[in-house]
Amino acid sequence: MAPQTSPIVQVQGLTKTYSGGFTALDNLDFDAREGEILALLGPNGAGKTTLISTICGITRPTSGSVTVGGYDIRRDFRRARSMIGLVPQELVVEPFTKVKDTVAFSRGMFGKAPDPAHVEKVLKQLSLWDKRDNQVRELSGGMKRRVLIAKALAHEPRVLFLDEPTAGVDVELRKGMWDVVRELREQGVTVILTTHYIEEAEEMADRISVISAGRILLTEDKAALMRRMGHKELRIELSEPIAALPPALEGRGIELSEDGHSLIYSYDSSAERTGITRLLSALAEAGLVMSDLSTHQSSLEEIFVSLVHGPDDDNEREAAQ
Amino acid sequence: MNLQAVLTIYKAEMRRFFRTYQQSLIAPVISTSLYFVVFGTAIGGRIDQVEGVPYGAFIVPGLIMLSVMTQSIQNGSVGIYFPKFQGTIYEILSAPVTFIEVVAGYVGAAATKALAIGTIILITATFFVDFQILHPISMVAFLLMTCVCFALLGFIIGIWAQNFDQLSMIPVLVITPLVFLGGSFYSANMLPPFWEGVTRLNPVFYLISGFRWSFFGYADVPVGVSLIAIAIFTAVCLSVIWWIFRSGWRLRD
Repeated sequence: MAPQTSPIVQVQGLTKTYSGGFTALDNLDFDAREGEILALLGPNGAGKTTLISTICGITRPTSGSVTVGGYDIRRDFRRARSMIGLVPQELVVEPFTKVKDTVAFSRGMFGKAPDPAHVEKVLKQLSLWDKRDNQVRELSGGMKRRVLIAKALAHEPRVLFLDEPTAGVDVELRKGMWDVVRELREQGVTVILTTHYIEEAEEMADRISVISAGRILLTEDKAALMRRMGHKELRIELSEPIAALPPALEGRGIELSEDGHSLIYSYDSSAERTGITRLLSALAEAGLVMSDLSTHQSSLEEIFVSLVHGPDDDNEREAAQ
Repeated sequence: MNLQAVLTIYKAEMRRFFRTYQQSLIAPVISTSLYFVVFGTAIGGRIDQVEGVPYGAFIVPGLIMLSVMTQSIQNGSVGIYFPKFQGTIYEILSAPVTFIEVVAGYVGAAATKALAIGTIILITATFFVDFQILHPISMVAFLLMTCVCFALLGFIIGIWAQNFDQLSMIPVLVITPLVFLGGSFYSANMLPPFWEGVTRLNPVFYLISGFRWSFFGYADVPVGVSLIAIAIFTAVCLSVIWWIFRSGWRLRD
């Protein structure tokens, strides 16, 4: 987990209303700590890309303030932007340029003198060195995505924004990219990524921010969030089905499955007393024989759905399943 | 000043120019050579001198200007339009650069390309007609100023255009007629008074006149007026570009 440090990106009261009247960001507050991987989760149209674009200077804020490394993105835009690397959502690279040239171009745009050694290091890190003399159009989609990451890293940024970095990338490449992101974190780069793949956030992020309708609903350590909002379920399979809960088990938060074969007990795994020992004793007292037992913990996806749509939607979703 | 960024844009644009040399260099040279063959040699042989200059030589400045203006606009507009079209403009918008640096990179490259083409056409012209340049320094200065101010105009067109149709619309429908009617192939004195008056409303007329003066010492309007016209044109283009970057028009949401 990343150390607790001061924010390197700080957004306060940020509002973005487009000329058509649509408010994409609504008085939004957000921060990212130095050296962490922060996953920004949210449904389509939540404001993820607008937030990133505004921090990076592509979109103009309507009101509010954004600082990067303590520098205001408008008043001190040169210093602020120099710290940022951006990997956009779309695969947008000049198709007829050689890989090494397009990476060197990005470095130059940030005012850095040519440094072939650094370009070589970045290309090797992203397994693109063999393709350095190829034109971008000759590469596969996954490789183009890595070229975009290489371009974003060309000027040695302290903050890297990855907007849907693994969209449309196959499983193997996706895992390779996760490794790259972890390596970057180890080098001290703050990584802020948006993703539709909840397992990606679950796998990589130190902290999670959930955005919906242009507002940040929460920002929290992933582990703490999963502990706080995640429910754990103990499922006990009975050797013989029963028609109703025995009186000894009533009032303990236990449910009987419809077919009478299983008992389901929800508990808080972080609590001092989970009640499992007493439950197992009561089970023995009631004369019930177990054939199997298993536990299940809420995934980040379930937590995310519950946060964005509320518990009612969560129940409806479960009912639908 | 982020000079490194200026140089980076400039070099990338020049690389593109040399990558597409057939379209960038050879095509304008061939088309201008055809003008010399048709207007200078075939038709020009039957036309008397214009203001004491053989017709074939008289059209040399106009033809160079025609190519230089067209190429400046084309290179200036394509340079910034393509990043918009491809989506790579995000790199420019998120980089620590000011509008002056972006303009210097793109317009500098577009002007260099047009200047190179103008020089090649000038050399090509020597194979078809005899002429001399009375004021070579002024000629280079006029050429440079024209390249820069029309590349600025091209840059504005590239930002304004939202599709390829619009990209070619202004050069074809506005600039080419202005250049043709700006005295490329004739002296304003050869026109009836009404049309001479109309010609004087054409800003390109002043540029061609000044450029022609640097060759033959003859101009339709005083050279100072031509210089003022270029200065005004450049100032207007720079002001528009400054406003575009300040307001984010067609660049930033």
